[in-house]
Amino acid sequence: MIGGLFIYNHKGEVLISRVYRDDIGRNAVDAFRVNVIHARQQVRSPVNNIARTSFFHVKRSNIWLAAVTKQNVNAAMVFEFLYKMCDVMTAYFGKISEENIKNNFVLIYELLDEILDFGYPQNSETGALKTFITQQGIKSQHHTKEEQSQITSQVTGQIGWRREGIKYRRNELFLDVLESVNLLMSPQGQVLSAHVSGRVVMKSYLSGMPECKFGMNDKIIIDKQGKGGTTTTDEAGKSDLGGSSGKQAIAIDDCTFHQCVRLSKFDTERSISFIPPDGEYELMRYRTTKDIILPFRVIPLVREVGRTKLEVKVVIKSNFKPSLLAQKIEVRIPTPLNTSGVQVICMKGKAKYKASENAIVWKIKRMAGMKESQISAEIELLPTNDKKKWARPPISMNFEVPFAPSGLKVRYLKVFEPKLNYSDHDVIKWVRYIGRSGIYETRC
Amino acid sequence: MPAVSKGDGMRGLAVFISDIRNCKSKEAEIKRINKELANIRSKFKGDKALDGYSKKKYVCKLLFIFLLGHDIDFGHMEAVNLLSSNKYTEKQIGYLFISVLVNSNSDLIRLINNAIKNDLSSRNPTFMNLALHCIANVGSREMAEAFAADVPRILVAGDTMDSVKQSAALCLLRLNRTSPDLVPMGEWTARVVHLLNDQHLGVVTAATSLITTLAQKNPDDFKTSVSLAVARLSRIVTSASTDLQDYTYYFVAAPWLSVKLLRLLQCYPPPEDAAIRGRLTECLETILNKAQEPPKSKKVQHSNAKNAVLFEAISLIIHHDSEPTLLVRACNQLGQFLQHRETNLRYLALESMCTLASSEFSHEAVKTHIDTVINALKTERDVSVRQRAVDLLYAMCDRSNAKQIVAEMLSYLETADYSIREEIVLKVAILAEKYAVDYTWYVDTILNLIRIAGDYVSEEVWYRVIQIVINRDDVQGYAAKTVFEALQAPACHENLVKVGGYILGEFGNLIAGDPRSSPLVQFNLLHSKFHLCSVPTRALLLSAYIKFINLFPEVKGTIQEVLRSDSQLRNADVELQQRAVEYLRLSCIASTDILATVLEEMPPFPERESSILAKLKRKKGPGTVPDIEENRKERNANVNGGTNHTTTTPNAKVAAAASPDLLGLGSPSPLSSTPPALPPTAASLLIDVFSENSPGAAAAAAAAAAPIAVPAAPVADDNFSSITPESLHVADSILADVQEPTDKFVCKNNGVLYENQLLQIGLKCEYRQSLGRMYVFFGNKTSTQFLSFATSVVCQEPLASQLNVHPKPVDPTVDGGAQLQQIINIECVSDFVEAAVLNIQFRYGGILQNIAVKLPITLNKFFQPTEMISQDFFQRWKQLSAPQQEVQNIFKAKHSMDTEVTKAKIIGFGVALLDGVDPNPSNFVGAGVIHTKTTQVGCLLRLEPNTQAQMYRLTLRTSRDTVSQRLCDLLSDQF
Repeated sequence: MIGGLFIYNHKGEVLISRVYRDDIGRNAVDAFRVNVIHARQQVRSPVNNIARTSFFHVKRSNIWLAAVTKQNVNAAMVFEFLYKMCDVMTAYFGKISEENIKNNFVLIYELLDEILDFGYPQNSETGALKTFITQQGIKSQHHTKEEQSQITSQVTGQIGWRREGIKYRRNELFLDVLESVNLLMSPQGQVLSAHVSGRVVMKSYLSGMPECKFGMNDKIIIDKQGKGGTTTTDEAGKSDLGGSSGKQAIAIDDCTFHQCVRLSKFDTERSISFIPPDGEYELMRYRTTKDIILPFRVIPLVREVGRTKLEVKVVIKSNFKPSLLAQKIEVRIPTPLNTSGVQVICMKGKAKYKASENAIVWKIKRMAGMKESQISAEIELLPTNDKKKWARPPISMNFEVPFAPSGLKVRYLKVFEPKLNYSDHDVIKWVRYIGRSGIYETRC
Repeated sequence: MPAVSKGDGMRGLAVFISDIRNCKSKEAEIKRINKELANIRSKFKGDKALDGYSKKKYVCKLLFIFLLGHDIDFGHMEAVNLLSSNKYTEKQIGYLFISVLVNSNSDLIRLINNAIKNDLSSRNPTFMNLALHCIANVGSREMAEAFAADVPRILVAGDTMDSVKQSAALCLLRLNRTSPDLVPMGEWTARVVHLLNDQHLGVVTAATSLITTLAQKNPDDFKTSVSLAVARLSRIVTSASTDLQDYTYYFVAAPWLSVKLLRLLQCYPPPEDAAIRGRLTECLETILNKAQEPPKSKKVQHSNAKNAVLFEAISLIIHHDSEPTLLVRACNQLGQFLQHRETNLRYLALESMCTLASSEFSHEAVKTHIDTVINALKTERDVSVRQRAVDLLYAMCDRSNAKQIVAEMLSYLETADYSIREEIVLKVAILAEKYAVDYTWYVDTILNLIRIAGDYVSEEVWYRVIQIVINRDDVQGYAAKTVFEALQAPACHENLVKVGGYILGEFGNLIAGDPRSSPLVQFNLLHSKFHLCSVPTRALLLSAYIKFINLFPEVKGTIQEVLRSDSQLRNADVELQQRAVEYLRLSCIASTDILATVLEEMPPFPERESSILAKLKRKKGPGTVPDIEENRKERNANVNGGTNHTTTTPNAKVAAAASPDLLGLGSPSPLSSTPPALPPTAASLLIDVFSENSPGAAAAAAAAAAPIAVPAAPVADDNFSSITPESLHVADSILADVQEPTDKFVCKNNGVLYENQLLQIGLKCEYRQSLGRMYVFFGNKTSTQFLSFATSVVCQEPLASQLNVHPKPVDPTVDGGAQLQQIINIECVSDFVEAAVLNIQFRYGGILQNIAVKLPITLNKFFQPTEMISQDFFQRWKQLSAPQQEVQNIFKAKHSMDTEVTKAKIIGFGVALLDGVDPNPSNFVGAGVIHTKTTQVGCLLRLEPNTQAQMYRLTLRTSRDTVSQRLCDLLSDQF
């Protein structure tokens, strides 16, 4: 189990140090600093074993979070915990930065006491934590005895993520499908590898203890229902959410769920039913590799003119419905290490040679579907006595599109609350799709 | 050197560096560097030419980026341009960049060399200095090739400035170190020596370094430097310190130069010219006197400088080893340092004293400090100093103080650091053995040693105790009693059990008379330790038990009971099981007579070099402890009070009992490869079980030769039962084959004759009729030079008239790793039997080494093969039918009886192999003529193999009986 947890700033100074077990000494703090943060060579491995002690670390901007143990623990569990920890901190005070951590160190220690007990991870559900760990410490006096006992029963009870007796005037829920699409393409336009990793994030403001059911165009479910004939629920789902797909189903490679989802039901019926936590949470995560809609196509053209000149032409084509608009488009064209001057011409957006990053960065604010744009650059080179050829790193791209590149569609999200008298129809539901670029590269 | 003017401070560089230092993360730093690199690239690319200042600035920035660990692949051209600038600062930066960044295979090297050449030929001393520094800093082969001629010229040119001379000397030193083959020796060498007389002390210091290095390689060329160095030294030493102004360091006159001069003098033997010698002695005395004076300053630099000179002077005194008064004075001075506050001084003093102890003049003087050294051993806080103290005690030990020193070392052993324990154990063991006056003391000491530091007592140590106890009748009873008492301790070390088992097994009877140590008590005592021991020890104990059966018939029943128990007869370990089974059967079947024969007391071991000493040598490597040994042996035969035979005749035998020198220092030099020709007794075989070089062969021989029920001993340490000599002659000749190096040269003409840690001798020979030429290659395996290398060939009397051997003279030095060739011309006058001996003598690390090797010149080398047909052969065969003309030998095959190998050997032997002569095709027949100056001897031979019996029959017929016999002996050993 986790023996201790340290948070360092970028210089390796300890901001937070919480030791849970006696086998972790003070020197472990220094060991990690010396061997990982200040290591001569950059340490890329997230798990490091120093003097029979294992250090698991994640880095958020300039902050290092390191979990330490002497035992043989489940590394996946430790990382899951560290990410959870990051989520919790973000939920409490926003961006994880040195400044924020210093300002909230009492809170962080309080959180660490709550979510790790003798090194064993406990309830790390933000919603639940927020009910009893608040930034206004004295406010807890206002809690009645009743409320306090309610917290106890919630935390120890079966549904630890939701307390009873929540009431909203307006029952509302927001559903975001956030995807990031990764691609590696050959210069000739052949896809070498592509996958989408997506998340379904929900924000629910529902009264009582509602039972929800979530449906999407998962191939297995569609096939099952197709065999069993149409059902009323299907119809209802369509009408509710405007999910137009029944025809196009997607194959999900793997998925993970929030703890509120009843896994037994998913295993048997493949239906996703759950009692949602209050507020924001991540319902599921998934990954697909087949039939990905690639929002952009990059066509590079690189020509070497002698030893001192390079001509680059890059064309990007948007490949989605013309009615949709892609945003925050950025193309990064690497330049050789001996570049001595660059001239760029582009029709759309702004392009600039960034010497500190050895790349030409071309930014376009907005671009509609089925359009095409082009940049051309002339790069002057300085002759070197190095005979090594330029390695030609790939051209990478960033963007944001308002659809799910995996093709995922939400078919329905039904809410049942038998005790209170509101029905599925009374709930206001909002659905949003956002596709972002992950590592989206084209070789040149 | 012109000062950097204020306007030259490069602001852009300063800003860039401070930017980098302010970067918060590695990524930010890389970004900043990339930006700067792009900027510099665009600047260098720019069409308008850059002025010198900006070029310098950007090259500086590139250099800084490179030093941060980033690759720089441009800017070299700009740096080279800077070289041709006339401004000092620009030139300096250019040279800096070149010496840091330009690798030897760069295309630019020609341009750079050109620029350097220009600067060298300019009359500007600063520019010349910069160029020389660059050559020295880069020091590549290309540089050496280009400038090896120029630098010496500058060095000796009359009009060169002092500072340039200084740089040139150091530059040449560097070139000489990196590529010595490229620096030609020429007429400048003579003039370099005269730089020692230069007015400028800086030049002298630099020149001394250069001359020292050169003199180590060619001592003869620089012999004249000795007198100059002495003169210079005496001027420095006797000068009032104010004379030298800049070169007086904390009131010490030119300490660095003095140290270097003293080092230079250490390359040579003491000067022969009495005047120079007197002057040097006077200098050394003055230095020693100055050490006595009160310090002129309390600063540590003052005493450091003074002591540096003093220690170097003492090294020189030790190196010369010729002035007893100086040696004694040096010793006394060191004695004072032994109690100094400074740990470093104490360390140095102990270290120097170690070498002093080996000189005959100062040995006594060193001995007076024994109490201080022992005190140092006990109280010193630093382990390395304690280690030196141990070394010194070992070096100063002789018969008079051995008991005290050994006792002190033993008591120190209990608290000694683990890292040096094993070494101390070995040293105690050696000293105890070497200076033992009475052997009871020796036995006590070693048993104590095993008791105190059993884990660190290596096998060799207890082998040695046993060898000595077996060889010395007078100590056996005492040893048996002592081990018996030692074994009574509730917990004793396994090594003690081994010694106990062996000694009681051999000599238990000597103490059996006492009812307190009756046979049964002895047995029970040993057996009580049995179960706690490892398998090899148990095996040894089993052998001890069977010996008990022989010694004490009354305990036979008890022992048989033990052997019969399941834990023995069915032991999982095969070795133990076999021993138990066979010993049990032996004790049941054999009569007392047979038992008494088989289990006879071990015969005495022949004297030989102590295996412990060999081990210590191996541990320390050549040059430290063994040197002390050799040294003292060589110079000072009577300090130990032992007889000393530094003879190199390999057959010299030492009357073991006569000399108390147990280490066998007097026996043939350990470096000599030819072992004493021992009579083939069982003892000589058994002793080899203990030796390092052929345990496998010995064990195998024992296995082959012991058909009786005594189990063969795979554990080579307790080959216990004495085996009858008769059954051993076969095995023994195998050993002889392994050890006689000349044997392998009978049928071939080249190969490695001899090899030890220092030297390898290879051979290549050609023979034609009665003449021969031998090329001997001496390979120096060490990294240091052999000095006074000399060889001679000794032919003892009958041989001297039978064989003329003329070695050509050889160089007196052999460089480290180098090979020296010597040609030896040989003429055979008449037939001979003996072998000529090659004596080699050289100094290695100041120690004289002697090696004697038999030269493989054998009679068969002078064969000329003769082809003949069957008829002729048998005709001649019949002619030589007189009984004294024929020699026949029937012998067992020692190698596999492969036809091709046999053929090759016969041809290699020198005769013509005749096919189709003998009616039996499996037989071999050969003919040849031996050419000597006086006569020619015809020779016919016939070899009949018998594959079933693995035997050969060799028949030789020649016209002279001595030749027949000799050839038969030679050839028989080959199959």
